[in-house]
Amino acid sequence: MKKEYYLDNGATTRPYEEVVDLVANISKNCYGNSSSLHTKGIEAERIINQAKEDLANILGVKPSEIYFTSGGTESNNMAISGSIMANRKKGKHLITTKIEHSAVLEVFKHYEAEGYETDFISVDESGKVNVDELLRAIRKDTVLVSVMAVNNETGCIQPIKEIGDKIKTLKDKPLYHVDAVQAFGKMPIKPQSFGADLLSISGHKFHGPKGVGVLYIKTGTKIEPVMWGGGHQGGMRSGTMDTPGIAGLALAAKMVYSNLDATGRKISELRRSLLDFVKDKFKDAVIHSEHCSLDHIVSISFPNVKGEVLLHHLEAKGIYVSTGSACSSSGKSKSHVLKAMGVAPELLDGTIRISFSEFNEQEDIEKLKEALEEIIPVITIKNRSKVMR
Amino acid sequence: MLPYFTDIYGNPSSVHSIGRDAKRVIDTERAKIAEILGAKPREIFFTASGSEADNWAIKGVAAANRKKGNHIITTSIEHHAVLHTCQYLERQGFEVTYLPVDSYGKVSIEDVEKAVRKDTILISIMHANNEIGTIQPIAEIGELAKSKGIPFHTDAVQTTGTIPVNVKDLNVDMLSLSAHKFHGPKGIGVLYARNGRIGDNLIHGGAQEANKRAGTENIPYIVGMSTALQLAVENMEENRKKVQMLRDDIISFVLNNIDHVRLNGHPTDRLPGNANFSFNYIEGESLLLMLDMKGICASSGSACTSGSLDPSHVLLAIGLSHEVAHGSVRFSLSDENTQEDVDYLKEALPGIVKTLRNISPLYNGRKEGNNHV
Repeated sequence: MKKEYYLDNGATTRPYEEVVDLVANISKNCYGNSSSLHTKGIEAERIINQAKEDLANILGVKPSEIYFTSGGTESNNMAISGSIMANRKKGKHLITTKIEHSAVLEVFKHYEAEGYETDFISVDESGKVNVDELLRAIRKDTVLVSVMAVNNETGCIQPIKEIGDKIKTLKDKPLYHVDAVQAFGKMPIKPQSFGADLLSISGHKFHGPKGVGVLYIKTGTKIEPVMWGGGHQGGMRSGTMDTPGIAGLALAAKMVYSNLDATGRKISELRRSLLDFVKDKFKDAVIHSEHCSLDHIVSISFPNVKGEVLLHHLEAKGIYVSTGSACSSSGKSKSHVLKAMGVAPELLDGTIRISFSEFNEQEDIEKLKEALEEIIPVITIKNRSKVMR
Repeated sequence: MLPYFTDIYGNPSSVHSIGRDAKRVIDTERAKIAEILGAKPREIFFTASGSEADNWAIKGVAAANRKKGNHIITTSIEHHAVLHTCQYLERQGFEVTYLPVDSYGKVSIEDVEKAVRKDTILISIMHANNEIGTIQPIAEIGELAKSKGIPFHTDAVQTTGTIPVNVKDLNVDMLSLSAHKFHGPKGIGVLYARNGRIGDNLIHGGAQEANKRAGTENIPYIVGMSTALQLAVENMEENRKKVQMLRDDIISFVLNNIDHVRLNGHPTDRLPGNANFSFNYIEGESLLLMLDMKGICASSGSACTSGSLDPSHVLLAIGLSHEVAHGSVRFSLSDENTQEDVDYLKEALPGIVKTLRNISPLYNGRKEGNNHV
């Protein structure tokens, strides 16, 4: 097989070997339904309880505050729809930001169409949410504020603690949801210190399985289920529990956090090496959110280059990156995140996202550098027209 | 499933080849599942469970048709994923008719027809009941729904992979299924929708599943479900015969060797692996615990409600008293069970029932002619 240089870890990650082994082992041996009263059921329930405890430890919360879902998208939907439906009497005003993932934005748009008034808060040019604007927007009838911890396209770390601290002091405070899908596993995530009532996580973003996620719900939060049925998980989310997936997610979380510092140092070096190179070789390239970004994500615009063309040229060399987010990449529309940051229209098309994980090595970066140096001059439109003349 | 964790680990929405490989896998498996169900690939939508498929079908149609009407028809013996969704909609202002069933657990077509109103927007009736195994006349109900122009949904979670499930033969517009009921993985299911038409979305976000169900697709589980379904269908006839033989062996043994016992569900129109009994004068839960100590796993009612002390809504609907319903146990067999398992059960069961009845005040009261205890 041709060597792969996978630099699209913001889209998804390769699961840890240990996680795959555990998922396979539990699928084969602990196949009980965790709701059954007999031994096979109790065995499955015990695995799930252990997973809850492990995640609670990592998040610094109680195991009873951990709910399992089918992924980050469901967690976000459950948090947003569930709190809106449960607080209909409080009001019909919602707040989120312009740069959220589609799993948040689309839910808000759905409620907007249903007659809810929604404020989409703007960001500054670095991609950071305007905290003052957000706080000013909060009203007595605001039901929910939802802000992502880290933006998935630019990596920009959002001031979620600052926002949470302010919300905490309000009298008629709205519920506060944090989408931590892109952040979890890359930095410490402690919902209590953010003042979050709800927080979403997705397994496949940190070397866990796809199809499994977590929603943290602070005790006492007024929220209603989205999925009705057998009353699993205290009635909050019906559906037979995916024991192997849940155990796999918990193991991946433990592994990624036990290595957090070492991985952080490694990725920080990879990032610096790439950025130094880009700044040196491509003077007019624009690095987005450079100073507020998590090291794991690098978003670069090359003027007069089509991001998608660059992506395919890189792919031909076995290097995998993305333009914007995977989830909107089939939608073809220009990045709503970069637009919100005020990035010039001619740069929007020329943007790629490079996202690292602990599986990446300096070799991957060297390969990428070499490829960029070769490809960019060839595909830059200005140069091509010169040749044609 | 394993290669799909490590080799095809891409995000199917990514435009590069690792993503496209994943997308191709999903398309292939979707087509395979569609073929088995007699559907087109674009009519198959992946969900995270049978519960999600039920919630989506019902809430989706309800939300999309609010202006047309607010009446829904279902039965009193549905799985809770349907029942509780309908109850939720009632709280939102919808009207729901819960059709009764006869003592075998069957719905009558006449009752369905009588319940239909001008403002009926959905009929949802399960293919076979999860507790007592009774199979409903879905094709006939589907015919009726079609003639009235009302969308018809069936929860086929218990039947898919066990008995033939073909959306055309069943005359359904929507159908839910769940992989872990046919030896596939937990955490994955399907909602079939004729011509890809479902009501409103339940999970909003990315453009996955033709813009109808957001969320990064769970490729290993999709492959696992598809493989399990193919295996189940290939071996269906053989498995059905085998499982039915074992099941009938249990039924005739229990009815012939244990007193004061009742078989619940239909004598012939029932799932091949299902045997549900009411043992008078004992608690089903105690029976389960004693069976469990001997390494036999069974259930009282459905697994999802096993934590609750309320008697099964299904058993009450077929006319059992609370007392008798409490003494009920379901044995559900699959093709992985053997005659040895059944013989072991036959050996253990009479003794356990006897022990429990000996300590039962109800049973002893009966002997003294005092039924009021």
